[in-house]
Amino acid sequence: MTTDNNKTLRLLLLALTLMCVLFASGCSTTPKPNANLQPPLHKADDVIKESVVYAIDVYDPFEGFNRRVYSFNYYFDKYLFLPVVKTYEFITPNYVEDRVSSFVDNVYEFNNFTNNLLQFKLKRTGITLVRFVVNTTLGIAGLWDPATDMGLERQTEDFGQTLGHYGVGDGPYIVLPVFGPSNLRDTTGLVTDTVAFSVAGPPAWVDDDTATLVFSGVAAVDKRHRESFRYYRTGSPFEYDMIRMLYKSKREIEIAR
Amino acid sequence: MFKQLDRILGGCLCALLLSCGLAGAYDYPFADPYVATVVGTPTEYMEALPSDVPVKFETLQMFPEREVPGILWNLDELRYSYIRQKGPAPLIFLVAGTGASFQSAKMQGMQKAFYQAGYHVISLSSPTHPNFIVAASTSGVPGHLTEDSVDLYRVMQAVWKKHQKQMDVTDFFLTGYSLGAAESAFIAKLDEQEKAFNFRKVLLINPPVSLYNSVLILDEMLAMNIPGGPDNFNAFYQRMIEAFSEVYKNGDRVEFNDQFLYEAYKYRKPQSDDPLEALIGIDFRISSENMVFASDLMSQAGYVVPKGLKLKRYHSRTKYIKVLSRLSFLDYFRGLFLPYFQAKDPSITEPELIRQMSLRSIDDYLRTSPKFGLIGNEDDIILLPGEIDYLRDLFGDRAKIFPYGGHCGNMAYPDNVKAMLDFFQASKVN
Repeated sequence: MTTDNNKTLRLLLLALTLMCVLFASGCSTTPKPNANLQPPLHKADDVIKESVVYAIDVYDPFEGFNRRVYSFNYYFDKYLFLPVVKTYEFITPNYVEDRVSSFVDNVYEFNNFTNNLLQFKLKRTGITLVRFVVNTTLGIAGLWDPATDMGLERQTEDFGQTLGHYGVGDGPYIVLPVFGPSNLRDTTGLVTDTVAFSVAGPPAWVDDDTATLVFSGVAAVDKRHRESFRYYRTGSPFEYDMIRMLYKSKREIEIAR
Repeated sequence: MFKQLDRILGGCLCALLLSCGLAGAYDYPFADPYVATVVGTPTEYMEALPSDVPVKFETLQMFPEREVPGILWNLDELRYSYIRQKGPAPLIFLVAGTGASFQSAKMQGMQKAFYQAGYHVISLSSPTHPNFIVAASTSGVPGHLTEDSVDLYRVMQAVWKKHQKQMDVTDFFLTGYSLGAAESAFIAKLDEQEKAFNFRKVLLINPPVSLYNSVLILDEMLAMNIPGGPDNFNAFYQRMIEAFSEVYKNGDRVEFNDQFLYEAYKYRKPQSDDPLEALIGIDFRISSENMVFASDLMSQAGYVVPKGLKLKRYHSRTKYIKVLSRLSFLDYFRGLFLPYFQAKDPSITEPELIRQMSLRSIDDYLRTSPKFGLIGNEDDIILLPGEIDYLRDLFGDRAKIFPYGGHCGNMAYPDNVKAMLDFFQASKVN
């Protein structure tokens, strides 16, 4: 258990170091002004109105840093994460992949349970508990998901949503290394969920470092395997801006649930 | 007014066709062309196609010497995909629609259908997609059918050169949807002279007749259907998000995926077509923003970015998307496109340029060449009244017109997939 905490701390430290390095590399988001340039046909000052709210505007004071992490994630995906995921997909039959997904989901019901409870969504907390019991027993350690077939849908909640439920605002937009789009509220949520999971969740019940480590690795690969998003795939020069806007809206929708 | 007339007329036509028993067998689920265009073909109505196909992704450098601005760094190589059959088979090129990449949902559907039917398939992005503009457009000013088709034809030859050793090809075919269909027509004409492929058959799926007319229709859909005008887009967007929240909260088994729009539609059917038209207009505007930004930088037009300003990889560009969100395609046509062509040829006029961007400019060729086929929809929303009749007249019995489907909404519907495959299958030598 303590080693788990240490591991989480070390990971956090690593992330912080990486952030500092990226910060140090300069964050200017605007080109050097050049008075000699002719203004364009459609000048921003003429078109953009102070009084108008633009959906594309999201509070993003660390934009330069975030754009760099976004780019880092692209390379991380390209040279490390996706090759691993592809190898996994290549050697694992689809049927087995689905069993792995079910297993991972079942283990993480812990977070759904705690966060539904924290929001006093009692029916959903109950459903989550029954799901966990049914899938762990009938579903053989969660490899299958008979609960969904019985009409007990998965009730996903995370601590970012819990904070949002109680009125905590987004805070600045943050692109996390490896994890991708987030904001201060959801990053806080992610860290809290991770710590709670390892301190009081299944890893603590099992209390076996090797098992936890293997599970974390498998869960990460499984999650990426199920996520079809690829950095820069849209080919839009405004992909970063669009994702930023959509992330905000997606979270609003999830919190409202 | 015209819209209503059009709809009444369309309704009469449908009734007429139904009474003749001609359209009775066509059960595509959406008779409203705007719903069809937005929702497309939901999975439960789709032609069953394999989920996994052995698709390969490749890149190509068309202009190795070209200096790409830092802000467009990730677009410098042209991306495309292909699937190879093991033995000898015909090869089909697919050209995407406005703003779409080689891996848009519609392209993937076509790719799977043709692969399953035994073709080698090469999928190419639209010349209006930023990647194509940066990596493969000679001028950097997309939208001119002849010029874009020359660029596409060069790309096809370069791709073919790269793969000809591994592909045993018996015949060359070509197809595209929407703008890609109009370009296919011009490519086929070019191929008559250049003879690099000697395309045996060419299928146009939901082409515009006049590009200019169609983009004006799409511009208008955005301008007219956001309550309070484009400055109130945010309010419209927030209402949409709220509506989606409600669907997500109360609908059963709703997930964020391709089906979400359909789920949302089923949950609360819109009272009028206005929000649907707005959505179509927004989608088109987003494509235009991407296209015009890439074009502005590549052609150094000084349209929204000052000429000579060096925008680098990590520079913010939010300002430019906000400006571009307020500019229509007509603004692009007048402010960048026309000046570019007039600089090249001072004698060219606006009406002449508009005429060149139309299938009517190659009417003779299309009317007489037996290699063409057309799949269209009676209620295609990007056509002006009379334009579908023009297509029917132009292609005669080479045209297959479905009673509904809007613009490309029914492409994945079994009858449509069958019509698409049957057209080529008739001449497939294998």
